Amino acid sequence: MGFMSAGLQGGPHSLLRGYGEHERQGFNWWALLSVAQFVLPYRRMLALAVALMLVAAAAQLAGPYVIKVAIDGFIAQHDVRGLIGASLALLAIFAGGAYASAGQALLTGRLGQAVLRDLRSRLFAHMQRLPMAYYDRADSGRLISHMVSDVSVINELLTSGIVALSGDLIILLGIIGIMLAMSARLALLSFMVIPVMILLTAWFSHAAARMYRRTRQKVGVMIGRLAEDLATVRVIRAFAKEGEASGHFEHTNRENRDANIAAISLAFAFRPAVDLLAAIASLIVIWFGGRFAAAGAVSVGTVVAFLSYVSRFFAPIQELSQLFTTVQSAAAGAERILGLLQTPVTIADAPRAVPLEGLQGEVELRDVWFSYAQDKPALRGVSFHVAPGEKVAIVGPTGAGKSTIAKLLLRYYDVDEGQVLIDGRDVREVTLQSLRRQVGVVPQEPFLFAATIRDNIRFGRPEASDEEVREAARLARADAFIERLPHGYDTWVQEGAVNLSLGQRQLLCLARAILCRPKLVILDEATSSVDTQTERLIQEALRVLLQGRTAIVIAHRLATVREVDRIIVLDRGRIVEEGTHAELLRRPGVYRRLYEAQMASAAAAG
Amino acid sequence: MSGTFARVLRYIRPYAVPEASAYLCMLGMAGTGLVVPRLVGQVVDRGVIGGDQAFLLRGVLVVLFLSMLRGLMVFGQGRLSEAVAQGVAYDLRNELYAKLQRLSFSYYDQAETGQLLARATSDVEMVQRIAGRGLLMLLNATITALGTAIILCAVNLPLAAFSLASMPALVWVAQRYARQMRPLSVAAQNQLARLTGRLEQNLKGLAVVRGFAQEEREIERFERENALLYEANLKTVRLSARRGPQLDLLAQWPVVLVIGFGGYLVIRGLLTVGELVAFNAYLLNLVQPLRRLGWLVSTLSVSLAGAERVFEILDLPEEVQDAPDAISLPQLRGDVAFENVSFAYVRHAPPVLENVSFFVPAGSIVAIVGPTGSGKSTIINLLMRFYDPTAGRVLIDGYDLRRVKVESLRRQIGIVLQESVLFAGTIWENIAFGRPDATDEEILAAARLAAVDEFARALPQGYHTPIGEKGVMLSGGQRQRVAIARAILKNPAILILDDATSSVDAETEQLIQAALWQLMRGRTSFVIAQRMSTVRRADLVLVLERGRLVGMGTHEELLASCGLYADIFYGQLLPEAQPAREPAGEPRWVS
Repeated sequence: MGFMSAGLQGGPHSLLRGYGEHERQGFNWWALLSVAQFVLPYRRMLALAVALMLVAAAAQLAGPYVIKVAIDGFIAQHDVRGLIGASLALLAIFAGGAYASAGQALLTGRLGQAVLRDLRSRLFAHMQRLPMAYYDRADSGRLISHMVSDVSVINELLTSGIVALSGDLIILLGIIGIMLAMSARLALLSFMVIPVMILLTAWFSHAAARMYRRTRQKVGVMIGRLAEDLATVRVIRAFAKEGEASGHFEHTNRENRDANIAAISLAFAFRPAVDLLAAIASLIVIWFGGRFAAAGAVSVGTVVAFLSYVSRFFAPIQELSQLFTTVQSAAAGAERILGLLQTPVTIADAPRAVPLEGLQGEVELRDVWFSYAQDKPALRGVSFHVAPGEKVAIVGPTGAGKSTIAKLLLRYYDVDEGQVLIDGRDVREVTLQSLRRQVGVVPQEPFLFAATIRDNIRFGRPEASDEEVREAARLARADAFIERLPHGYDTWVQEGAVNLSLGQRQLLCLARAILCRPKLVILDEATSSVDTQTERLIQEALRVLLQGRTAIVIAHRLATVREVDRIIVLDRGRIVEEGTHAELLRRPGVYRRLYEAQMASAAAAG
Repeated sequence: MSGTFARVLRYIRPYAVPEASAYLCMLGMAGTGLVVPRLVGQVVDRGVIGGDQAFLLRGVLVVLFLSMLRGLMVFGQGRLSEAVAQGVAYDLRNELYAKLQRLSFSYYDQAETGQLLARATSDVEMVQRIAGRGLLMLLNATITALGTAIILCAVNLPLAAFSLASMPALVWVAQRYARQMRPLSVAAQNQLARLTGRLEQNLKGLAVVRGFAQEEREIERFERENALLYEANLKTVRLSARRGPQLDLLAQWPVVLVIGFGGYLVIRGLLTVGELVAFNAYLLNLVQPLRRLGWLVSTLSVSLAGAERVFEILDLPEEVQDAPDAISLPQLRGDVAFENVSFAYVRHAPPVLENVSFFVPAGSIVAIVGPTGSGKSTIINLLMRFYDPTAGRVLIDGYDLRRVKVESLRRQIGIVLQESVLFAGTIWENIAFGRPDATDEEILAAARLAAVDEFARALPQGYHTPIGEKGVMLSGGQRQRVAIARAILKNPAILILDDATSSVDAETEQLIQAALWQLMRGRTSFVIAQRMSTVRRADLVLVLERGRLVGMGTHEELLASCGLYADIFYGQLLPEAQPAREPAGEPRWVS
C-alpha cells in the first residue's frame, strides 16, 4: 500500500452503495434537534414563511364559506349587489391565497436551500480536518451520499415538512371547526371516515417506503452491473463471454422491472382507495344532509359547503401522514450527518502549536510505536536519525512498515508511543500547515486532480507564476511532453488522469513537488512500469528533486538505493539493518536476501 | 421527431393487449369522472332540495357503485400502463446492452462510461415515460377536458363560454412554466454533479491535499461551487414562486365567474342551484387535466429527445461483425501473419499502423518493442480483432480474421496485461472465467502454476474469498497472478501479454516472471516487452516506431542493424553504463 492511498475505494459502485441506506427505523429526535441549529440563522425568514402560510391557509378555508354565503344568502335571497360583493371577496381571497402561498414557497425554498448550503459547507470543512485514520474505514460513496441524499432529506423536511405540519394542521383544524359550527351532527357523521383514512395512509406510507427502497436497491444493482460490464468490456469480449454477461444483465434488468411494477401498482391501489373514501364521505354528507335538509335542520348551502369541505380535508390528512415518513428519514439523515460532524478531529494543531519556520530538514524517530488496528503494531520501537541534507532509503519486504514511516512524518497519524521529531521538534508541537508546506511529497500512486496541467503543478503553491510552473516542469523533464499536448499547460487532466500515461503522471507529480522547493522530500517510489525512455526521464527528475535536500525514499525496488547515503532495512515493524548498499551486501541478512531475490528474478528471466 | 415517435410506438407493439386494456380502463375512468359530479348535482337538486328521499337513496347507491368502479379502473389503467412502460424499458435496456457488447472498441475510445450509463438509465426512463403514462395521461387529459367542456356547454352555454374563456391561457401558462423550468432544473442538476465531482476528487486526492497543506483552498473552492448550486436551486424556487400564483388564479378565476355570473343566472331563474353546484364541481375536474396537459406537452418533447439519444446508440454501425458466411475456426496451430496492415482509429486521421507486414510461425515468442504510442497495443487489438484493419490483412493459420467468427477466434487467444481486470466474484470464479467447464483439479493446477495458490490459501475463505468492491482488495501483483492463472486454464494457442509487473516486491516478481514463462511455453506468444530479459529470449523482436515496423529479427541481429533498437536497449541500462557485460546481474533498474 502506498502511503498516499487514502484507503478510499471510489468508482461508480461505491456511489451506488448510498441506495437503500435509509433502512434504519426509529427516531432520533435529538439528532433532528441538533441539526435544527442550522435553521437558527434564518429564523426570521422562517417566521415570515409560517405567517404567510397561515394567510394562505385562512384563504383556503374562507373560499368555500364565501361560496356558501353567496348561495344561501345572496342567490337564494336574489340579492344581486350582495352577490357582486361576494364574488369580489372570493376573487380577493383567491388572489391573496395564491400570492401568500407563493411567498411562503419562495421563503421556505430559500430557507431550505440556504440551510442545505450551510450544511454542505460544514460537512466539507469537517471532512478536510478529519484524521486520515477515519478514511481508512470510510468509503467515498458513503461520504458523498452524506453530502447529497442525507442533506436533501433534511431540506425536504424543511420545505414541505414545515408547511405540512403547520399549514395542513391548521387547515384541518379549521375545516373541522367550521363544519362543527355549521352542523355538529353532520360534521361528526362525516368525520367517521377520518380514522380509516389515517390507518390507510399510515399503512400505505410504510409499505411504499419499503417498496421504494427495494426499487432503489434493484436499480442500483442494475446500474452497478452495467457499470462494471462497461468497465470490463474488453475482457468480456477477449474471453468471448458476451452471452453470459448479457444473461446476468437481463436478470438484474428483469428484477428492476418487476420491483418497479410492484411499487407503482401499490401506489395505484392507494389512490382509488382514497378516492373511494372521499366519495363515501361525500355520500354521507348528501345522504344525511339531504335528510336533515328535508327536515329543515340544515340549509342547502350548508350541504353544498360541507361537500366542498369534505373533499378538502383528505389532502391535509394524507400529507400529514406522509410527513411522518419524511420526519423519519430526515431524522435518520440528521443522525448520519451528525455522526460525521461529531467525529472528533484527533489530529489538529495543539493549543500552543507554533509554526515550524525555516525547516532545516533534520528528521528523527525516537522509539516509535504505531498500529492502525489494535494489537497489530505496524511499527515496533523504530528509532533513527537523518541529518539535514542526508538521503536515506527505507527498504524492506511488503508490510514491513515503510509507508507508515512516511505517514507519521507528515503527521497523517499520531504515534502511539515515542516521538517523531523534525528539526528537533515533536511534530505534535508545530502547526500542521507549516509542517506539510515545507515537506515535498511524491506519492506512490501519481494522483492528479481533474484540472489543468498548470493547476496540477502549482497545487502546492497556488501563487506560483506561470514562469515558475514552466521551470518546475522543465526541471522535472515534463516540459517536452506538455508542450506537445494540444493545449500545452492548459490541457485538462481528465478524471483519473486517463488522458495521460503513467509515466507522464509521475513526471507531473515530481514537477509539483519541485515547485514547492521543499527542504525535506518524502518519496514513495512508484512501482508501476513505464517505458524505458520515460523511466530515464523520471530518474533524471528525481535526481533534480533530491539535490541538496534531506530525502527519505521509500524504496520498493532496490533500484534507487545506490544513490542514497544510507539504507534502513525494515522488517515486521522493526529496523533490522542499517548501512550503505555495499555494507549491507557484505553481511547475510534481510537486505542481501531481498537483493539476491531481485537478481535471481532478473537472471532467471534473462 | 415524428420518426422517433413512431419508433417508440413500435416498442409498445408487443404489449398491445395490456396497452389497449389500459386505454379502456382509462376511458372508463374518464367517463365515470364525468358522470359522477353531474349525478351529485342531480341528487342535490332532487334529493336534498327537492326532498325526494327515494331518489336520494338511489342516487347515493349509484354514486357509490360508480366510485368503486372508477377505483378499479384507476388501478387497472395505472398497473397496466406501468407494466407496458416497464416492459418497454426492459426490452430497450436489453437491446442497448447487447448493442454495447457488439460495438467496436473505437466507440469506447471516445465514449465515457458515465454517458453510456446515462443513456441506459435516464434516457431509457424518458422513453418509458412516453410509453407508459405519458400517452395515456395525454389522452385522459384531452378526453376529460373536452368531455367536461361539452357537458358544461350543455348545462348552460353562456355560463360555460364565460367561465371557460380563460382555460386556453391556463394550458399556455402551464406549458410555458414547464418549458422555462426545464433548463433551470437541468442547470441545478449539473451544478450538483459538479459539486459531487469536486467532493469525489477531493476525497480521492485527500492525501495529496493534506501533503501539500491545501485544505483551506479546497474549502474555498468547494464553497464557490456550493454557492453556485444554491443560486441554481434558488432560480427554480423563484420561477415556481412566480408562476405558481398565476396558475392558481387562472384555475380559480372561473369559480368566481360561476358564483358571480352563475348566481346571477340563478336569480334570473335561468339556472338551478343544483346546476350551479355541479358546474362548480366540473370546473374543478377540468382544471387539473388542463394543467397537466400543459406539462405533458412540454415533457413529451424532452422525452422524445431522450428516445432519440437511445436510438442513436442502437443505430451505430457495428464495425467488427461476423460476416454472414463467417466460418468457425478449427483448433489453431498459431501461425500469425500481418500483410501490409494499416490502421487508423478515426477515419481520415493519421494512421497508427502503416503498412506493417510480418510472419510468425506457430510456437514462437515474439517481443514487440517501441516507444509509447508507436502502435504496440494496436497490433494486439488487431490480432484479437477488436478492430479490423483499414488496409491489408491479418491472418492466423492462413485464415483472414474478417472471414472467421469472432468468438471462435477469441476463445483460442489468451491475454494477460499489466493492469489486470478482474470481476467482482471469488478468486475461483475469476480463474474459471474463460472455461466454466473446467474441473476443480484443472483450476487448482492453473492456480499453482501462476503462484496464486500461496496467497489464495492464506485468505479467510481461501479460493472462495470474494474480491473487489465487496471483498478483499488484491494487490496489483496478486491480480496479475489471477489473470495469469485465468489464461493458463484457457490453454490458448496464441498468447498476448505484457511482461511488466506492477507493485510487487522482488520475490513476488520472480514468481510472476516464472509463471509467465511457464505460460508462454509451446504457444505463439506476443509480448509487449518492457524488460531486456524478454527480448533476449524472444525468437523474434518487432521494433515499432510511429506505426512503422523499423526492425525485425533476433536480439543480436537487431543490435547490429537497428539504430532505434540499440538506443532502446542501451537506454534501458542507463544511467550507469556497462550494459552488455552484466545485464542479467543487474536488478531491474527501470522497466
